[in-house]
Amino acid sequence: MAKNRFTKTNFLWLLLIIVSYFLINLLINIGIINKVYQTVMLTIGINIILAISLNLIIGITGQFSLGHAGFMSIGAYSTGVIVKQMGGNLSSVFIGMAVGILLSSIVALIVAIPTLRLKGDYLAIATLGFGEIIRIVIQNMKITNGAAGLVLPKLLDWKLVFLFLVISTFIVVAFTNSAPGRACISVREDEIASETMGINTTKYKIMAFVIGAILASIAGTLYASSFYVIKPDNFSFNKSIDILVIVVFGGMGSYTGSFVSALLIGILNTSLQSFADIRTIIYGALLVMIMIFRPQGILGNYEFKFSNLLKRFNKKEARS
Amino acid sequence: MNFKKVIKSALMFGLIASLAACSSSTPSSTATTDGQASTVPDGQETYKIGLHYEMTGAVADYGNAELKGTELAIKQANEAAGYEKYVSVTYDNKSDSTEAVTIATTLASDGVVGVVGPATSGASAASYQILNDAQVIVMSPSATQNNITLSDPNNKDSDVYDYVFRICFEDSYQGAAMAQYAVDSLKATKAVIYGDTASDYSKGLMEAFDTQFKNIGGEIIATEYYTAGDTDFSAVLTNIKGMDFDVLYIAGYYNEAGLIIKQAKEMGIEKVIIGADGFDSESLVELAGADNLNDVYYTTAYTTVDASEALQAFIEAYKAEYNEDPAMFAALAYDATNVLIKGIEEAGSDPAALQAAINAIDFSGVTGDFTFDETHTPIKSVLVVSLVDGVQSGAEFVSPKE
Repeated sequence: MAKNRFTKTNFLWLLLIIVSYFLINLLINIGIINKVYQTVMLTIGINIILAISLNLIIGITGQFSLGHAGFMSIGAYSTGVIVKQMGGNLSSVFIGMAVGILLSSIVALIVAIPTLRLKGDYLAIATLGFGEIIRIVIQNMKITNGAAGLVLPKLLDWKLVFLFLVISTFIVVAFTNSAPGRACISVREDEIASETMGINTTKYKIMAFVIGAILASIAGTLYASSFYVIKPDNFSFNKSIDILVIVVFGGMGSYTGSFVSALLIGILNTSLQSFADIRTIIYGALLVMIMIFRPQGILGNYEFKFSNLLKRFNKKEARS
Repeated sequence: MNFKKVIKSALMFGLIASLAACSSSTPSSTATTDGQASTVPDGQETYKIGLHYEMTGAVADYGNAELKGTELAIKQANEAAGYEKYVSVTYDNKSDSTEAVTIATTLASDGVVGVVGPATSGASAASYQILNDAQVIVMSPSATQNNITLSDPNNKDSDVYDYVFRICFEDSYQGAAMAQYAVDSLKATKAVIYGDTASDYSKGLMEAFDTQFKNIGGEIIATEYYTAGDTDFSAVLTNIKGMDFDVLYIAGYYNEAGLIIKQAKEMGIEKVIIGADGFDSESLVELAGADNLNDVYYTTAYTTVDASEALQAFIEAYKAEYNEDPAMFAALAYDATNVLIKGIEEAGSDPAALQAAINAIDFSGVTGDFTFDETHTPIKSVLVVSLVDGVQSGAEFVSPKE
């Protein structure tokens, strides 16, 4: 029996995407969103893709990975090198993205097969080490121009970032709601129990890890083609931590949370721009506050769903 | 909400308040655009200058020194004009090239006439295209990377950014000048190069030194590498000790150079050690020990030895303002700001006229006299400073020959 894809909720999601696209377009055209806010929007969009892809690994599958910046750098440098070789146009960005996806999935497989048999802290250390290896390799290669990095033209506007944001969100949500996604959640809840139920835990962990890596590499491509300079320093351990902060801040296991926290952190960063001296203090303090009052993150594991809204709406209807 | 949590957050607010109190004693760095209209006489123009510096993050040392240099220059210009003619708009780029893109966009939309900064090549390269497209003059005090003022630094034939200028000489020029000095003045024919693999600064220096030294008849005996953060260099130094050479060229920053010099001298390597402006720090003396800093020479843009009158005036003004000695970065930023101000005095705020005025400027500043070449890099001679017991004792101008 073919499942009906044309449900009310799917229609509402599509409507939301189209409306927000035209709303942003309108706001840009009438000048409310100026160039500064557009740059901030790009940062936020890329951060959301990074956060939801890491959330898939950490929040849904329960595997603590600290190598996300490594995968991002694979995407960024694949794009950077190809744009340098082929000249700056949109088609070279897409070829770079494809190469990045291919490379990062191969690398993710190589890393995942041995390390995902590890648990907890050991996995964190292994992925951390791997992220640093990628960075040092890039730093010492001729084609990546070593520590000086690559200077690239700006080839993207917000529309493509928006498109890939929608695609990435669709991929992670669809994966989480599929049978393998459910298996990943069971691995997170109790690995031994799910093994007893006949779930091949390593297989599902690898699946989630590779999908996460591919999305991170796409984010890297978007970064490289909109932020002019890529340097090995941009993808250090600190970058992985930044992404992790967004995930934990929003709530592990909640994609809605990753959206909200990437937005909040982006807006906070921009609005505090003119208070340079105390910006980091305020930022740090807010993180501490969140951890004291909501250790599970802003949204915990709450997920925004149109089906829930509809249910509530229908209940009210029935009551009245 | 339980009692413990309230206590915790109250404690934290106390901590923040005390930190904020500490930081408020430093000069305020927020944008100061309002409240000054009353001090401006009627009919007089004011100009906004963007300050785009690394005030926090990995290279905050450089950014803050340059911020002070720039603010001093603006203050002096305002005093000379008699009113708030130049208004600074300051932003922190957190030593991060992503943040630099946002700041550059913000500055462009703030309507500044010119921007001074950032201090590092990475953040500068991230800002150039945006500001150039917005026809805002950029004066880079210390973006030394080779060809960074070109739209594609890897391609020497690419277009130069019209509105981008820098005040420092580039890495390769400095490396070549040291090679020239080693051959001409130190009578060296054999050199060993020791540099950092992970730093673009070090790589630029090594390549340039290598090329120029060979061109003028020298011989490179060996090239050895370390990685930033290393503390024990004895393995490589033992190796070097057995070689026959005249000079050891250390291409890197003082952190490692200080330790290398100390360990080399302790090991009994009594050869002349030469380097670049990465040596220029008080910490070099602390790390290497004053006794070991003899027969050490390095290239720099700035020295207080044999200071000119202009330089002495700058040092005094800087000391009076901040109660400390100016670093090289402060001097470069001071010159960068003054070039911009001089350009504005001559041509006003029209972008094209201002660009032409700065391009043709013949400037004499605290880091030397210079004009700009076709890549908007200053043509100025490099200074070679010699150390005696850790103290700068001689300074000589050198230019590499083609």
